[in-house]
Amino acid sequence: MGTQPASSLAVSVAVNGEQIEEEVPARRLLVHFLRDDLGLTGTHVGCDTGNCGACTVHLNGEPVKSCMLLTVQVDGAALTTIEGLAPDGELTPLQRAFNEHHALQCGYCTPGMLMSASALLERNPHPSEDEVRVALQGNICRCTGYVNIVEAVVAAGRGSA
Amino acid sequence: MTTVTEQPTTLKRGYVGQSLPRREDKRLVQGQGTFFDDVRRHGMGYVHFVRSPYAHARILSIDVAKALELDGVYGTITGDEVAISTDPFFEMSVEPGGLIEDYALAVGRTRFMGEPVAAVCAATRELARDAADLVEVEYERLPALVDGEEALKNEVVLHDDAGSNVVWSGVFSWGDVDQALAEADHVVKIERLHFHRFASTPLECAGALVEYDRGTQEWTIHCNHQMPGVGAIWMAPSLRVGIDKLRFVTQDIGGGFGNKICLHPQFVVLCLLARKLGRPVQWTEWRTDQHTANAHGNERTFLAVEVAVKADGEMTGFKVRAIDDCGAFPRYEPLGCIIWAQVTPGLYGWRNIQVDFTQVCTNKSPVSPNRGYSRMQHLWLTERIVDIVAAELGLDPVEVRKRNYVKAEQMPYETPNGCVYDSGDYAAALDLALDLIDYGSIEERRREAEGRGKLLGIGIGSTLDSGTNNFGQSTLLNPDLQFSGNNEAAAVKLDIFGEVVVTLGTVPQGQGHETTAAQVVADILGCPPEQVNVRRGHDTWFNTHAGFSGTYASQFAFTGLGAVKGAAELLREEMVQLAAFVLQAPEESIELAEGMARVKDGPEEAALPFMALGAIVNANNAFLPPDFNPTLNHRYVCRPYFGVVDTEKKTGQLTLTYATQIHAAVVEIDPDTGEVDIVDYAAVDDCGVRINPQIVEGQVHGATAHAIGAALSENFVYDEDGTLLTANFYDYHVPHALDMPPLKTGAMESPSPVAPLGAKGMGEGGGGGIHCLCAAIQDALRPAGKPIVYDSCNPPHRVWSMLRDPGSTRANVTVVST
Repeated sequence: MGTQPASSLAVSVAVNGEQIEEEVPARRLLVHFLRDDLGLTGTHVGCDTGNCGACTVHLNGEPVKSCMLLTVQVDGAALTTIEGLAPDGELTPLQRAFNEHHALQCGYCTPGMLMSASALLERNPHPSEDEVRVALQGNICRCTGYVNIVEAVVAAGRGSA
Repeated sequence: MTTVTEQPTTLKRGYVGQSLPRREDKRLVQGQGTFFDDVRRHGMGYVHFVRSPYAHARILSIDVAKALELDGVYGTITGDEVAISTDPFFEMSVEPGGLIEDYALAVGRTRFMGEPVAAVCAATRELARDAADLVEVEYERLPALVDGEEALKNEVVLHDDAGSNVVWSGVFSWGDVDQALAEADHVVKIERLHFHRFASTPLECAGALVEYDRGTQEWTIHCNHQMPGVGAIWMAPSLRVGIDKLRFVTQDIGGGFGNKICLHPQFVVLCLLARKLGRPVQWTEWRTDQHTANAHGNERTFLAVEVAVKADGEMTGFKVRAIDDCGAFPRYEPLGCIIWAQVTPGLYGWRNIQVDFTQVCTNKSPVSPNRGYSRMQHLWLTERIVDIVAAELGLDPVEVRKRNYVKAEQMPYETPNGCVYDSGDYAAALDLALDLIDYGSIEERRREAEGRGKLLGIGIGSTLDSGTNNFGQSTLLNPDLQFSGNNEAAAVKLDIFGEVVVTLGTVPQGQGHETTAAQVVADILGCPPEQVNVRRGHDTWFNTHAGFSGTYASQFAFTGLGAVKGAAELLREEMVQLAAFVLQAPEESIELAEGMARVKDGPEEAALPFMALGAIVNANNAFLPPDFNPTLNHRYVCRPYFGVVDTEKKTGQLTLTYATQIHAAVVEIDPDTGEVDIVDYAAVDDCGVRINPQIVEGQVHGATAHAIGAALSENFVYDEDGTLLTANFYDYHVPHALDMPPLKTGAMESPSPVAPLGAKGMGEGGGGGIHCLCAAIQDALRPAGKPIVYDSCNPPHRVWSMLRDPGSTRANVTVVST
């Protein structure tokens, strides 16, 4: 029959509570759709192999690496990016804990870290240090040695941020 | 999880000395930072580099026709065009290295895998990549040279212009090492030690968005270059323009660690494309490209080490031959051939040292500075020497260190090559580290581990983080170079509504300069730090800057904050004069406090808020007398005094401050697999006055993580064809949260007598973690035939090999006793 593969598809996706309807190139990675098409530049790219987690966003509440998904795969889904974590500008306890515990230096991995950590706190509000390390193993930080990141997430879970 | 042990200090502090939470964080935790890849321009094109798949090949032809046919491709550029429209980059070395011709793209020949040979610009990232695939390059492969020692044979020569693979060579000799060896009771000889190739691999890759203004013929480079002043020095002559034609703009930078210093080749290509295509062009490096072809750390092999040791364990000198492999081009080199000399004797009292140093090119990625640049390699040598000597002569590694460390009472201490260690108490720092890992219980823990079938070992790494380069040391490599000293600039002004505005010459990448500069200014001006606005990033047009501006070589605490302090003091002086005039009070009676200039112990109305001062000068100045012209806007250049280096004796003050790090690790090794588990770890740092202790501790954590990664897994491994086998985070394993042991940190404060705030540059950590882990592994393996740890990277397979065949490592070492 010789059907031509579609080079673009209509995508309907809720991003940070806003419904987006767009014709998207079929090959466009979700992270590039978020950054380049929607201007949500808080989601970062740190590798091209799915190792670093800087591009982590929530897909229907679950943390996913947005460089490992095509945009067309999220048709019909709800996404939250770092920009949606504290939409009114009031920092969440987790974000405050990152500041108070000096859990970031250059800040490049931070959005991904926060998205992974906030997903952890969602399902396990009081994680132990080991549980935090397991939850963050897919996020690379080259500045902090993770010490203060782990401390901040544990503190946020304790409510002592 | 973190233990902080602080020595009591008598220093009086204001905001300086407090762990104020960072002001940078608010934007960064909300995804509101602005990194270069976030910058957009109308009509911009995306650039993708066509890269060589071969380590060494002649380029027979490049055909871009098919790429240009693709709809949405804006244009291309090849090495031939680069050779016509630019000049090769300035080389720092004398001959033969000085004869090397290094262009922005490969011209006629490619010399490392991943070297850019052409570039394509297109409407989208995807299209640029597709088009790059359509560029047809015909190569004729040449034999690849992947070993530094092999390079010395010159059987394969990378650069015909130079006629040799040697970039630079020279012998450094201080004291009389031959006499020291002759008079020694023991001479310990080590045939070969190897410091491996790795890099800090910042999470944000390199890149830029470049705009060209046809009318003024100026380029604006929105980028993450961490040393734009020097970048411009390389780029402008190559582009055949004045340095004023290049404007660098940085905002937030996703880590640098030295790896974003040598971006001039790629940036020159972007400048040429922006001019050729008449549109903004954008390039974001891919992770695999960063690992393959941007910035590796210097690889160094140490040969024929001879150490003179007295019967009582005193080490009086050593000699060594060092071969440094800088990859295909000496892009920041040969500076690495001298930077190590800042820490020539390490922490030790050796007075007789000879280093025969040679740097060579190979068909591997060019190197660039990498956290601990060049000193780390040398300090690893000194620490390996100490632990090998201790192991071979049956000395206690703690005792032998304490016997040979430079003593606190010898400070300031002049090294054999004229450097001055400004302050520190190494033995006390070692005691603190040992306390943190409960050194007293080691033998008991060793037995307990043995019971579980594990080999336990302890290791110490003692390092110095030398801060504030004297660029005059470059004249020891090439007397014709016109560099000396160092400088950094800052500007502080009081704006119309009383805002204190600070611009920095530095280019931070996560070090918290906005916070620490505000702390310093707040103390000097007597206002809360919240009132001080430290502008983010660097802009050549709008920030003040000096020739050596940037963030590198552990110098912000000295020159960066020294400049901030100087500018704030000039502003303060003028604010006092102005307040004295307005309040009709003597200047001595004016104090700045709580955001006001007021008469000390005066009536409440004898006070002017900063807003009044700013408004008077900026908007209400008619009543000021003609001979009084305050600007409330001050620039200060911090230019530390070094003196001129002696190029004959190769001596001089090569750097100004020396922060101390003592790391101690306890490891357990599984003899079946060679896997190393760090079970206890302490890092003690003494960087003098800590402007913000929390930031200092964060730097200690980060430097330790880099060292642990390097010691146990991170390694740029090439095969014999020059193909990089660890080209991304799949194969190049950096520490993840689960890999990091709990870190204990300890802090001491030995204020620097020479630094403006008593604060020493810090953050590079000198590779302390690499040294202590190598020592700990060697200690743990003692029961298995006493192998010698000879490489700085010890992943399980290497540890396993040492366990299986300790003899081949021991053949490396001989002891001659008289």
